[in-house]
Amino acid sequence: MEPDVKMLLSIKNLHASIEDKPILRGLDLDVKAGEVHAIMGPNGSGKSTLSYVLAGKSDYDVTEGSATLDGADLFAMEPDARAAAGLFLAFQYPLEIPGVATMTFLKTALNAQRRARGEAELPTPQFIKLVREKADGLGISTDMLKRGLNVGFSGGEKKRNEVLQMALLEPKLCVLDETDSGLDIDALKIVAEGVNALRAKDRGFVVITHYQRLLDHIVPDVVHVMAKGRIVRTGGKELAHELEARGYADYVEEAA
Amino acid sequence: MNADVRPIRTAAETGLIEAFEAVRAALPGGERGAQLRDDAFATIASRGLPNRRVEEWKYTDLRALMREARPLAGPVTPAELAAAEALLPMADVEALRIVFVNGRLAPSLSQLAGAPSGVAISPLSDALEGDAPHALVLEGAPADNALVALNTAFVADGLMIAVDEGVAASRAIHVANVQTGAAHSSYGRLLVSVGKGASVTLIESHSGDAAGHQTNTLVGLDLADDAKANLVKLQDEGLGTLHLATLAVRLGRKAELNSLALSAGSLAARQQIFLAFKGDKATANVSGAGFAGARRHLDTTLVIDHEGQGCVSRELFKTALDGQARSVFQGKIVVRPGAQKTDGKMMAKALLLSEGAEADAKPELEIFADDVVCGHGATVGAIDDELLFYLKSRGLPQVEAEALLVQAFVGEVIEMIEDEPLRDALTARAERWLRERD
Ligand SMILES: Nc1ncnc2c1ncn2[C@@H]1O[C@H](COP(=O)(O)OP(=O)(O)OP(=O)(O)O)[C@@H](O)[C@H]1O
Ligand SMILES: [Mg+2]
Repeated sequence: MEPDVKMLLSIKNLHASIEDKPILRGLDLDVKAGEVHAIMGPNGSGKSTLSYVLAGKSDYDVTEGSATLDGADLFAMEPDARAAAGLFLAFQYPLEIPGVATMTFLKTALNAQRRARGEAELPTPQFIKLVREKADGLGISTDMLKRGLNVGFSGGEKKRNEVLQMALLEPKLCVLDETDSGLDIDALKIVAEGVNALRAKDRGFVVITHYQRLLDHIVPDVVHVMAKGRIVRTGGKELAHELEARGYADYVEEAA
Repeated sequence: MNADVRPIRTAAETGLIEAFEAVRAALPGGERGAQLRDDAFATIASRGLPNRRVEEWKYTDLRALMREARPLAGPVTPAELAAAEALLPMADVEALRIVFVNGRLAPSLSQLAGAPSGVAISPLSDALEGDAPHALVLEGAPADNALVALNTAFVADGLMIAVDEGVAASRAIHVANVQTGAAHSSYGRLLVSVGKGASVTLIESHSGDAAGHQTNTLVGLDLADDAKANLVKLQDEGLGTLHLATLAVRLGRKAELNSLALSAGSLAARQQIFLAFKGDKATANVSGAGFAGARRHLDTTLVIDHEGQGCVSRELFKTALDGQARSVFQGKIVVRPGAQKTDGKMMAKALLLSEGAEADAKPELEIFADDVVCGHGATVGAIDDELLFYLKSRGLPQVEAEALLVQAFVGEVIEMIEDEPLRDALTARAERWLRERD
């Protein structure tokens, strides 16, 4: 790796708890611009917690450690400011919001971020053209864009909608929490292509997944194993194959 | 002990009695009218204003809300007329407009001559001057209800609309009520009869400056068999005003009512709705969206009375509250003996945007028939934190995320309006409240 590639996400000794129950217990993670990192690990190891803590969900208390995005202290910012600063979390379980049309939501989100960055709002015709373009590539119909956000969407459609938001908002760091779960084989390819299309030398990815299959499509630079709130092993893409074959038994004991 | 039971009157009650004494001889309606007014006022004079010990007024204590009686509005000055024009809402909505300023018809702002064919529009004062002041008798609302009684006692102006049998009124009719100038009390009455098979769209608006006015309006709507009416109300009184309103509807066989109110104004408001299904197989959709912040108070009290068979009633009321605001919803569905196959559903939902806001809901069913489907529900809750986080994680600041969720919440009501400019006008008002939260 080139030495002058900038650090995008830097997490140091992160401890976080929910209702006084420690979940993250000294987690370190560095993601450089242009890299794709995969995080794998057993159920309950704290992967979603990590993603929520980064995004700023208020249920969690950060008790120790730091996290910076492009040098800026994430924990000093409200969730919306983190988004405007370039952080995006594709939710493991995207929420349904009846009464808020998907299109309206996308426009409000994009313009809010542009305003926060001191940029002009995008004129509506240009915005619609942009959304159509990106939605087409992800197989999201015009009808779906008119419906309430995620309302009546299938599990797979919801995940594609997350990727659409990501494509539209053009974040610096994308955290994908099990975006592959619930996807059929074709949808998995569509989503992976959508993500790959976003890969760029100034953008980083943290891909949380349970399955090697996704990583066949989105080939990671680094694979981490997370257990009991820590990164317990880091390797290349071949580590995912090893995990697929052997499971997590070794790590669960090691971390305990 | 003192056996002399003299009621202790509040300043407002004394003021009302003095005001009535001062004007009763000059009020229009002739001898019969005077009798009706005296009878109506007698209930106020003897009982006083309703307070929280009166069941229907438990959550909305009129005696406390009306500390003193404002003087009756005087003649409108040219300056008030000009000010009123600037306060007229919904300029973009295509409708025949009739304007009342401080309770008096303002011919210069109204299109009295432009009634669509088959529709007769006349000032209520004309009817009151006639020999039979039927305009003072309101079918369908209890005559001894305090708001109805006060209105009957004092009302001097208003509007009568009659849609002839079989006529589909070609234009909507917008009755605009504006309050301006020194704090005053004003009374208004709109009586509408829709003939057999006829249809009409009515818009009722209330707006005004921020002075501490007291308004009391009454709308009587009579739908003959197969008649249809859409009634949209915008309550956007100035934030110092006490808004007291009564709607009484009678539906004939297979008649249809779609009524929707948006309440965004006034310091305190009480909207009473008395709806009676007189014939069989009629339908009524009654809904409302309300917004209040600061220490404002919004009361909706309705009685849906099923007398006819096989009638369908749907009520949906949604309120968003901020600050120390309070909402009250009292809804009663009555199904009389013989009103079989009644299908009635009522729902009230309140969204609290602050710790200090409060919503009280009292839904009731009184069912005296056995073959009916009736239900009611009420919910009070805060904004869902999970949804809020989802929106914020996409870059929406807290206030904007809340606004989007509140819009979605009340959107279910506002979107029932089919007319686009009208719907847009109400949506814009809702959006303004979400920015100001007043
Ligand atoms: N609200 C909560 N209250 C108490 N414990 C919680 C709460 N949310 C999460 N936890 C606990 O935190 C731990 C980590 O959960 P998390 O969702 O981060 O795991 P995960 O690695 O994403 O698992 P999965 O692979 O199943 O998605 C679990 O033991 C979970 O039960
Ligand atoms: Mg998870």
